[in-house]
Amino acid sequence: MQVTFKIQRFNPETDKEPHFEEYRFEAQENMTVLDCLHKIKWEHDGSLSFRRSCAHGICGSDGMRINGKNHLACSTLLKNLNTKKPIIIEPLPAFPIIKDLILDMTDFYEKNKAVIPYLINNNPVSADCERLQSNEDAEKLFESAKCILCACCTTSCPSTWSNNNYLGPAAFVKAYRFIFDTRDEAADERLDIIDTPDGIWRCHTIFNCVEACPKDINVTWHISQLKKELSNREL
Amino acid sequence: MIHKFDVVIVGAGGAGLRAAVEIPKEYSTAVISKVFPTRSHTGTAQGGVCAALSNEEEDSWLNHAFDTVKGSDYLGDQDAIEIMCKDAPRAIIELEHMGMPFSRTKEGKIAQRKFGGHTKPVDPNDPNSKRIPVKRSCYSADRTGHVMLQTLYENCIKNNIMFFSEFFLTDLIIEDGICKGLTVFDMATSEIHVFQAKAVMFATGGYGRAFRITSNAHVGTGDGCAMVYQAGLPLEDMEFYQFHPTGLWRLGILVSEAARGEGGILRNNANEPFMEVYAPSVKDLAPRDLVSRAIISEIRAGRGILGSDGTHYINLDLTHLGKKIIDEKIPEITGFARTYLGVEPTKECVPIQPTAHYAMGGIPTNYDTEVFADTKGNVVNGFYAAGECACVSVHGANRLGTNSLLDIVVFGRRGGKRIAEYLPKAKHHEFKIDPTERTRSKINELLARTGSEKVAVIRRELQQSMMDKCGIFRNEKDLLENKEHIKEYKQRYKNITVQDKSKVFNTDLIEAIELGNLLDIAESVNESALNRHESRGAHTREDFPKRDDVNWMKHTFITKNDNGSTNIDYKKVIKTQFEPMERKY
Repeated sequence: MQVTFKIQRFNPETDKEPHFEEYRFEAQENMTVLDCLHKIKWEHDGSLSFRRSCAHGICGSDGMRINGKNHLACSTLLKNLNTKKPIIIEPLPAFPIIKDLILDMTDFYEKNKAVIPYLINNNPVSADCERLQSNEDAEKLFESAKCILCACCTTSCPSTWSNNNYLGPAAFVKAYRFIFDTRDEAADERLDIIDTPDGIWRCHTIFNCVEACPKDINVTWHISQLKKELSNREL
Repeated sequence: MIHKFDVVIVGAGGAGLRAAVEIPKEYSTAVISKVFPTRSHTGTAQGGVCAALSNEEEDSWLNHAFDTVKGSDYLGDQDAIEIMCKDAPRAIIELEHMGMPFSRTKEGKIAQRKFGGHTKPVDPNDPNSKRIPVKRSCYSADRTGHVMLQTLYENCIKNNIMFFSEFFLTDLIIEDGICKGLTVFDMATSEIHVFQAKAVMFATGGYGRAFRITSNAHVGTGDGCAMVYQAGLPLEDMEFYQFHPTGLWRLGILVSEAARGEGGILRNNANEPFMEVYAPSVKDLAPRDLVSRAIISEIRAGRGILGSDGTHYINLDLTHLGKKIIDEKIPEITGFARTYLGVEPTKECVPIQPTAHYAMGGIPTNYDTEVFADTKGNVVNGFYAAGECACVSVHGANRLGTNSLLDIVVFGRRGGKRIAEYLPKAKHHEFKIDPTERTRSKINELLARTGSEKVAVIRRELQQSMMDKCGIFRNEKDLLENKEHIKEYKQRYKNITVQDKSKVFNTDLIEAIELGNLLDIAESVNESALNRHESRGAHTREDFPKRDDVNWMKHTFITKNDNGSTNIDYKKVIKTQFEPMERKY
């Protein structure tokens, strides 16, 4: 079948503003959007620039806006898109564009760091044995630990669009990952960090993040647990 | 721009990050990676990391070492294997203390499951008694690599490690037998950076992208190995390349052995569980080389299932496991089957085929990750390598599943420790050449090419030829043809055009450099495979079907001469307590 891709292009060396370019080519319905981008790059236009690596939804490199929805290019199959109309590819919104679909992610990574994303436990434990944790408690972390830092959720959120300082859903998922880890002792510190004007209360439960997450993390549920934790703390 | 660091680590996968965590804080450390650290390929490892923790049943490091030696088809160096298996329980506990989330047992300990080639003797006092599968693989559902990579990255954040992400390795500077530093290309700006370092570690990963069907990420182009080869240093055991038996059909996406560890069964077109024939005791949990050969043998005997595109596959049956096990223990891989093949694993079999997966060979090192300059044991001062790019050799001719995640944390740490011991007496060395100029002229030459050849076309042909002629089954005729093909591709590579002339994220240029690296890697793999006249582990020669311990119980060291020809030398396999025996499962 013939498909048309309408891709937002921007080369900082020659362009003042991003613009769209169209590519029409033969494709099969079991191709992913990433396969199509590769086909364009490898056969038509080598200058088309995007990030990618594992090509099966684990590395989190190729988050982009596909027909207006944030998703991974490698996990989106043509058969799940309307190929009768042009498929519109744009970079994820809200972050500065460097070139074509490549964004400056620095701020996103800094916000991930801001929630103290590592286990803190100052009680020494014997080097011979693990800290015990029930499987039930471990599994409470698994959904949040699935996060691949693709930024699909954070860039889908209206609060991110309106406020550059907003920590954003990905950072909250990371905070949850450690706050609810029974092995960790720094929950209070992290709760202080998200309990700020640019923190968790700017989440207005719009659920865009849930829809955007390519790993099916119920982001809003995780955020609601954090809100509950904060409310309980204040009581 | 010139940077001075005490230590520069190239590669931010498990090995690189684990090494970085180990370098004492008083030393300056830079980690360079062509992708942001958490995008590294370690993250795609699924099924687990082995250690004889005995959390689920009685086990011992000696059992683990026995299996690893046998799995390696007796080519692994037994001293290094003993170190790894002895250190494994400590290494896993350490990861747990670092915060890695694991699935747990009823007692709250780290959960373990069965995995291919991991066994214990029925009689614990007699290692030669019948062996049965043992629960040795520590796991976190089927995202073990992902959470390990995240945990190690998070510990690097904790330790304030300095990262240079999206910096691409362009040159390794070794003068007078001393590694003095390297050059890297800043992908965002095209600026060339020189890193002067007292110690350099390569943790640059594998090169699955040399093959058409692979589980490897697009970034798996063997840049570090190629750089070493181009510098005239040896690569070890390059003929031993592992095909994982269960890649998704046509796509190569990994379906972890955990699927069979949890009870999955391989079936042919008559629905027969054929592994019983090839490995009567452990059946579907045989090591990967054996299972991959069995699958191809079934297909060749006309017992594959004909796919819509005329190629054949084999079925992986998980339907009897039930929804609970599938959703809890192997959610990710069953998700892949749904997304990419439209198959519902709780109701239908998953079509699979072997997929190029892991390089047992690589940059030769001792068990402290110091890089060997030759077969005599001389090392390159200040140069270290760990992880898939390195060959210690703990995997020999065939790696056991889960031993790669173990390798990276055990030897990443050992490398960090060794570097820390080396630093007090080490210094920075002045360069004799101008490294920036050397790199710039290489890149400018590449950009100036104006031929009609396309990088993607040459790469695709190379991958197909490597798959068809240097894959699971090999013979002299095919390998000679492949040799001619690689020569032809190298000629055509001189006539490529890099279309993108931009200085900002010129990924077109990066792919061109990567292809140059893949061509060199393919040459070293093919030459080493042509040279080894026996079948051992993952290297199967149809014209030499038997293992030949008399003539070939030795490591291959291949080097590239200045005139482009190759030279092969050998190094003795180190044996401690495990006598070679026939490899039956």
